[in-house]
Amino acid sequence: MRLTRRGFLKVATVTAGAGLAAAGTARAAGPAPVDPGLPGVLVDTTRCAGCRACEGACAEVNQNPAPDAAADLSVRRDTSQHVFTVVNQAEGPAGEPRFGKKQCMHCLAPACASACPVRAMDKLPSGPVVYDASRCMGCRYCMVACAFDIPKYEYERAAPRVRKCGFCAERQAAGLEPACTSACPTGAITFGKRAALLDEAKRRIYAEGSRYVRRVYGEHEVGGTSWLYISDIPFEQLALATGMPERPYSDLVAGALSAPPFVMTLWPPLLMGLYAFSKRRTEIEQKEDHHG
Amino acid sequence: MAEAHAVALPGAPSFFREKVLLGMGWGEYLRSLATPWNALAAVILVVGIPLLAYRFAAGLGATTALTQAYPWGIWIGFDMMTGIVLAAGGFTIGATVQLLGLKDYHGIERSAILTAFLGYLMAVFGLLADLGRPWNIVQAMFNYGSASPLFEVAWCVMCYTTVLLLEFTVPFFEWMGWRKLHAVLKKMLIALTVLSVIFSTMHQAALGSLFLLAPTKLHPLWYSPFIFIFFFISAILAGISMAIIESTISHRVFARQLTGKHVDVDGLVVGLGKAGAVVAFAYFFIKLQGVIDGHAWGHLLTGWGALFLVETVGLVLVPSMLFAYGARHNKAKAVKVAAVMVIGGIILNRLNVSVIAFNWTSATRYVPSWMEVWISLTLVTLGVVAFRWIVNRMPILREDSAFPQGH
Repeated sequence: MRLTRRGFLKVATVTAGAGLAAAGTARAAGPAPVDPGLPGVLVDTTRCAGCRACEGACAEVNQNPAPDAAADLSVRRDTSQHVFTVVNQAEGPAGEPRFGKKQCMHCLAPACASACPVRAMDKLPSGPVVYDASRCMGCRYCMVACAFDIPKYEYERAAPRVRKCGFCAERQAAGLEPACTSACPTGAITFGKRAALLDEAKRRIYAEGSRYVRRVYGEHEVGGTSWLYISDIPFEQLALATGMPERPYSDLVAGALSAPPFVMTLWPPLLMGLYAFSKRRTEIEQKEDHHG
Repeated sequence: MAEAHAVALPGAPSFFREKVLLGMGWGEYLRSLATPWNALAAVILVVGIPLLAYRFAAGLGATTALTQAYPWGIWIGFDMMTGIVLAAGGFTIGATVQLLGLKDYHGIERSAILTAFLGYLMAVFGLLADLGRPWNIVQAMFNYGSASPLFEVAWCVMCYTTVLLLEFTVPFFEWMGWRKLHAVLKKMLIALTVLSVIFSTMHQAALGSLFLLAPTKLHPLWYSPFIFIFFFISAILAGISMAIIESTISHRVFARQLTGKHVDVDGLVVGLGKAGAVVAFAYFFIKLQGVIDGHAWGHLLTGWGALFLVETVGLVLVPSMLFAYGARHNKAKAVKVAAVMVIGGIILNRLNVSVIAFNWTSATRYVPSWMEVWISLTLVTLGVVAFRWIVNRMPILREDSAFPQGH
């Protein structure tokens, strides 16, 4: 095949054009600025009595099996495809029990949504991180990406779904609180605006001197979460995941995801240049052979 | 063969006998299939194909050892991650021949592309088995989850498998004798090769980017912000090493095809060894930088460190020197041994990242079920059987006399 200048341009433009068209879609979703109107929940673990009314309300509203009333709370339990929230017991100061409630944290920049190639897992503008089974292809990358190990899979089903707490998005849309917070009799879990709850959490920490761990869990974790926790014992003792970066996870892939536009625009001319060069070299060699 | 022409009507029947049954009658052809290797392949497939059907009938829970803590097993870690990287020879050798103009490697280009095409097909089959809702795979075309590295992988694998199919049609059309289409595709080869490099760069790297979202789960010796660069460089290394292994095996197993045509396999192997030495050393060096950047030195003294050192020193640095030795002293055997070691190192790397060193702090471990292993084995066997079937018929290693400049 002889490469004319026009042929060269044709190949270079077609491939670069295809590249640019795709480049438009390949950009990383940055963290949205925190909207002060976003909903949140403050969990004050010092106020929780371990009654598990939240578990019962959650199971009912999500049509999950009723929680096992005889469960031993001091043995670590995890959420599952049938259980969207669990309460775990730990030992607090002076031997008093302390309880940690686990459910989806509804991250401000959720890793699961960043991971999802089909946007089956998505963050609603109103705050909840929700799942749409009709789009899901079942790659389970959301489970790999979640630092809190929240998405759970229905391995046993023929058409499995990812299952997790949806922050009662439908109830919220109807002006109601999530089922768990509305069921709490002690005020351990308070539903409200995240920004106001963060202020309240800090107010309690500062007002009560040395009682609380001087940190709000969820303020900075993975770029911030809708659920915020304060505690008088270390958070990991309450079966809460720790040690994750404070940057939103979408930042972790942003660099790698910015490469494709460059690959798609720089490779074609570079490769065609190499081709033209090697072609020319062969032609010269042939000419020399011919004359020699 | 002349007899076949005389007996059969012009058209389909003689074509079938010539092209598919290799000029034999049915009885003779079936008898020729009774070989030990075919028997082994048959045993694997006879169990494996019903197992695949059982996977779709009974679900993932009944067939795999996957758990809530280990959502990805060997169908992702081996079939997808390893399958794709070992198929990198398609774009590496394609670019070497078509774009860099190193025509000496023409003889192995088609087999590299065929291996890549079948490798991608098998990886896609493995993925379909692994997906919980495989019928929704088309959703990736309509819902732009563009913040996901998996979105990039999905699109590039779709596009690149198409490119490989088109590249493969060149020998296919020669086999069919379709001259017009063949001429068209032949003209497209340069553009297809450019596309193959673009798509491969992106998805080979993006397979590594997948794990950027698991900083707390992947062991610090393997987690790095540069993991996508590691994946890309190791894909090139895998491409070179697979070309060495494949050309060695192909020219031994299919020696019959090469009668009358002299190919200096050892010369090619030594040449590839030169490239292998440089790329393997570069790969080792950037892996080392990953450890420095991640402040992961302390982990080298643990059991995880030992595994990491086996992978990077034992199966990357040592073979890089062996490549250099073989290339310098013209010893093809050393280069071949190095290539096998490198492939072992890259397989170990992909398994470490996606399965072994993943969830390293977890109390439970994932061990694949026998059905997962058997299905993976089935897919590899299908690939090998398809490769043999095609090479025995189409002008992959040999030249078609009707298309003299096919190679």
